[in-house]
Amino acid sequence: MLRLEGVTVRFGERAALDAVDLEVAEHEIVCVLGPSGSGKSTLLRVVAGLQRADAGRVLLAGRDQGGVPTHRRGVGLMFQDHQLFPQRDVGGNVAFGLRMRGTGRAETERRVGELLDLVGLPGARKRPVGALSGGEQQRVALARALAPEPRLLMLDEPLGQLDRSLRERLVVELRALFDRLGTTVLAVTHDQGEAFALADRVVVMRDGRIAQAGTPLEVWQRPASEFVARFLGFENVVPATVRGGRADTAWGKLPVPGDTPEGECRVLVRPTGVRLASAAAGLACEVTARTFRGDHVVVRLRPDGGPEIEAACPLAGAPGVGDRVGAVFVADDVVVLP
Amino acid sequence: MITNFRRAVGAAAVAALGLPVLAACGGSDDKGSDGSKSKTVTLVSHDSFAASEDVLKEFTEQTGYKVKVLKSGDAGRAVNQAILSKSHPQGDVFFGVDNTLLSRALDKGIFAPYEAKGLDRVPKNLQLDAGEHRVTPVDTGDICVNYDRAYFADHKLDPPRSFDDLIKPEYKNLLVTENSATSSPGLAFQLGTVAKYGDDGWKDYWKKLKDNGVEVVDGWEQAYNDRFSGSAAGKKAKGDKPLVVSYASSPPAEVLGVKPAPKEGPTGVATGTCFRQIEFAGLLKGAGNAEGGKALLDFLLSKRFQEDMPLQMFVRPAADDAKLPEVFTTYGARIDKPETLAPEKIAANRDQWVKEWSSLVLR
Amino acid sequence: MVLARPEVAARDAAAPEGGGPRRTATRLGLMALPLAFFGVFFAYPVASIVSRGLKDGGQWQFARIGEVITDPRIGHVLWFTTWQAAASTALTLLLALPGAYVLARFDFPGKRLLRAVVTVPFVLPTVVVGSAFLALLGHGGLLDELWGVRLDTTVWAILLAHVFFNYAVVVRTVGGLWAQLDPRQEEAARVLGAGRLAAWRRVTLPALAPAVAAAALMVFLFTFTSFGVIQILGGPRYATLEVEIYQQTAQLLDLPTAAVLTLVQFAAVAALLGVHAWTVRRREATLRLVDAAGTARRPRGAAEWTLLGSVLAVVALLVLVPLLVLVLRSFDGPDGYGLTFYRALGSAGENGGTFVVAPLEAIGNSLAYGLAATAIAVVVGGLAAAALTRREGRLVRGFDALLMLPLGTSAVTVGFGFLISLDEPPLDLRTSWILVPLAQALVGVPFVVRTMLPVLRAVDARLREAAAVLGASPLRAWREVDLPLVGRALAVAAGFAFAVSLGEFGATVFIARPDSPTLPVAVARLLGRPGELNYGQAMALSTILMLVCAAALLVLERVRTDRTGEF
Repeated sequence: MLRLEGVTVRFGERAALDAVDLEVAEHEIVCVLGPSGSGKSTLLRVVAGLQRADAGRVLLAGRDQGGVPTHRRGVGLMFQDHQLFPQRDVGGNVAFGLRMRGTGRAETERRVGELLDLVGLPGARKRPVGALSGGEQQRVALARALAPEPRLLMLDEPLGQLDRSLRERLVVELRALFDRLGTTVLAVTHDQGEAFALADRVVVMRDGRIAQAGTPLEVWQRPASEFVARFLGFENVVPATVRGGRADTAWGKLPVPGDTPEGECRVLVRPTGVRLASAAAGLACEVTARTFRGDHVVVRLRPDGGPEIEAACPLAGAPGVGDRVGAVFVADDVVVLP
Repeated sequence: MITNFRRAVGAAAVAALGLPVLAACGGSDDKGSDGSKSKTVTLVSHDSFAASEDVLKEFTEQTGYKVKVLKSGDAGRAVNQAILSKSHPQGDVFFGVDNTLLSRALDKGIFAPYEAKGLDRVPKNLQLDAGEHRVTPVDTGDICVNYDRAYFADHKLDPPRSFDDLIKPEYKNLLVTENSATSSPGLAFQLGTVAKYGDDGWKDYWKKLKDNGVEVVDGWEQAYNDRFSGSAAGKKAKGDKPLVVSYASSPPAEVLGVKPAPKEGPTGVATGTCFRQIEFAGLLKGAGNAEGGKALLDFLLSKRFQEDMPLQMFVRPAADDAKLPEVFTTYGARIDKPETLAPEKIAANRDQWVKEWSSLVLR
Repeated sequence: MVLARPEVAARDAAAPEGGGPRRTATRLGLMALPLAFFGVFFAYPVASIVSRGLKDGGQWQFARIGEVITDPRIGHVLWFTTWQAAASTALTLLLALPGAYVLARFDFPGKRLLRAVVTVPFVLPTVVVGSAFLALLGHGGLLDELWGVRLDTTVWAILLAHVFFNYAVVVRTVGGLWAQLDPRQEEAARVLGAGRLAAWRRVTLPALAPAVAAAALMVFLFTFTSFGVIQILGGPRYATLEVEIYQQTAQLLDLPTAAVLTLVQFAAVAALLGVHAWTVRRREATLRLVDAAGTARRPRGAAEWTLLGSVLAVVALLVLVPLLVLVLRSFDGPDGYGLTFYRALGSAGENGGTFVVAPLEAIGNSLAYGLAATAIAVVVGGLAAAALTRREGRLVRGFDALLMLPLGTSAVTVGFGFLISLDEPPLDLRTSWILVPLAQALVGVPFVVRTMLPVLRAVDARLREAAAVLGASPLRAWREVDLPLVGRALAVAAGFAFAVSLGEFGATVFIARPDSPTLPVAVARLLGRPGELNYGQAMALSTILMLVCAAALLVLERVRTDRTGEF
């Protein structure tokens, strides 16, 4: 459906996109994940034709889009700050794309009603957009982007401005909606939770390059680099030397998968892979912080040597701040980073 | 070369602006190259030109020519425009060059000679170009000091009669006049003093006039409508000057439309302060419709037109057989001995005189 | 975890992306018509008349320039012209900015009418206004009666009359944008601890700066080339460059001197435009515009009511009193107050041979010229503004300046330029009626550009992108996104162009044209005749002119609000 080949965009000296290759298949939902300034919005703008690529090609359905102006590309883009037309009401905004393609009045009316139902704003047609809450604006923006049935729908921080509970609910709704409609989606976000919940495939970007691509599970389980690991929120990264199926670290010797090549590397231990025992049974640590996470508790541990460690433990029996505990590492949750 | 360039620019512009319609209606409706067949004759004049519609209609009936009138600005500006557009005249006849500007127009050669029919009815002293007949006198007008009758009656004072009177102490601070540099009555009044006191004497006279508190404003409208206490407009504007430089025909105009008609108008004319303007018309050189232009010049001297003029333009007809309207004979003054100056002399000195006047009176 | 904040990259991306050859081509395409318009109807005529003045027998007479410039009298004139324009501009801003605020932010009965009324002076011929102002400032005028103060023939009369004429320029240009600024921005600043004044100074003023600068520029140019006001209220002792050029050209036919003075005027205007561009360049920013209808509210508290009251008082004294004087005089007939003069207007021709045109015809002519001039100005100015929306490029800035030049050019220069340059087919428009609206549009275009540009530039470029992504071509996006947002500005601009044209006198009388007098010309013609009837009819026609103008502007305001969002 969408193919990017070596797309490069430069702003002065800085490359916002640096030879990016990317493919999105029909009906696939791809999320581009990355911190601010990693080039992900520029990626969308290049695909939409709002930004000229300095090098490389953008192909939609196999056709090179070079020289095709935005309005003829048949893609949809939902802006992160929505960019609703302030002079039009909700219905006018949603109907905009339909009018542009000359859809008849009756058909337009019907579609607008349908879409407003779909995004959960039935009867909002006549409301001025200035009077909508952030969440409502987001829904209108979504309905507006969906209305002309674009072959590729792009979402820029689709849920960025919403509160957490609404965001979590909407992610599920969106996923279900896209599945039902069979929409091809390319979304960008900085929130890995959003990306993992929404995407068939996740692309992590850093400084205009793709750091890793894969299914949410793959990325989650096997971050390709320390950057990706840290970006995903993993703190337990430590330099290591692998020798004989074990990694030698400041936290002591950790178990690693058998096929790990020997030598210098970095090792990640997922918080779930840190079990707590008595101080004598494992790496001796002091508990420095305790964060309640609903169904579990995350505790921060300060070992006598090496960086701090995060551990996830069940609600029952979580230690308090100042307790001395022992940390034991589980082999399955140890990931060797290149 | 230049012509080609212009045409190119013009064509490009018209194409670019999508104005072919405008060009057509602007450029070619009445001045086709085949002038003899044209049924329209174009009269170029100043903004004060006016004629009754039935009079112009009568001309069309008599000759078959329709009159198109182009007006722009005051007399001075209109003459200057005619001079500037000499190479491509805007029309066939120019009306409205007076004796203060006549020499400039003749020197620049914008007129073609034509001796209009009916010139025999025009007094010889008005025919300033009798030798070549490049211009035809059509009307005259006198610039004189007007006075507010009520003021002088209230103050038991005789109104002034002559230039000499105006510098007397009893008329101190009573006169308002116009800037010679910007107003044609103002200039005419100054020329009157030049004619009266001579090339050097006029400056002395103006020094005395200044000492006697003459006020100068820029235009006739301000002087007459705002500062003069005798005009209806000036009364409303609380004007406080009972003497103003205006036209000999102003008093009749003050009683127009006043019902019932008063025995005497509210204003009078100081008959010894007048300067005579003669207004001329002439056939423009290069006119597209010279035949029509000649017919129009004849018509300007006809009794019909001459008798229509006074109430249209507040001037006196040049032809001596034209009867004046009653309002003129009842309320107007007869000016027997107006001051005059030869056009050549005016042309030669005018700018210098105005400059001297300005530095004398305004500073 | 990275905080959610707008992506810097996206913002950066919006700016440099216009450099593509396609965009440049579009921009040049947009500029073609305005350029042709200005080339043919301004640059070429003015260049013709100036070069005719400076050329003697095919030789350029540059020595002449030195002679005229070093003339101390000319230096004096230039100095007076400049300082009175600066003082008039400052005074106008001082008095009119509160008015702009009140009209933008407060809701009160009669607001729309007030906005129309303050624009009325703009259309009135200076002869008429001068006379009305004398009733305020002159002998036996209001101030004289009350305090024995006479300001006529002082420079104060000139300054106050300039405020009278240009009040609407500030109120409309600045107020139009002000009404669309989101008041919450100021509220945000106040929540952050800024006082009311500080919040205004830090938040609103910078946002308004381009509009204020634009208004100031226009007022300055108008007063810099002031003609009638100076003559009538200042008297013969005060002369501006414009007056001097007029005398040299129209009266003395001293084209060389006039040409040099025109060049001096150009230089002064160019310098001014340079200063303006320099001060404004960095200030214009994308603003968050909201629907104007939602930003106004009823005044609250003593301070706001006082502000409203004082603005109304200034308007009443400075604008309404002179207008009222005219209206009263139009009814003040020979037999007391009545409709005598209006009846006389109706019966023109049969009434003892009064030479006036039928007033209905004059109204018709005025409206026709006005509509034609407005249409030309809106099309030419709109295209120019669209081309100028993006700031970069020296070419664009030069073009911007070119559009402003006519405001700083003497009407007599343009009129005489037309006469000698547009005299051959296919451009022989000298005898065509279209020349009048074309000349008027020259003055209207800068208004359209100046009023629309700040708003166009304030429109978030990503709204256009949103439209493009939804399938709108650039033209369609402009129509669907920009136009509704700038609709208000466009209406304001069109109103100005229309008012300029309705009241335009200079170009109309400098251009020879078939005898179809407009209202101002008819008024001037009546004023040029003695007699109560003529004077009264002039006042009556002036009153009609005011009414026509006010009515046209009211209709325009109505159209605008009714069709918001559905342009």
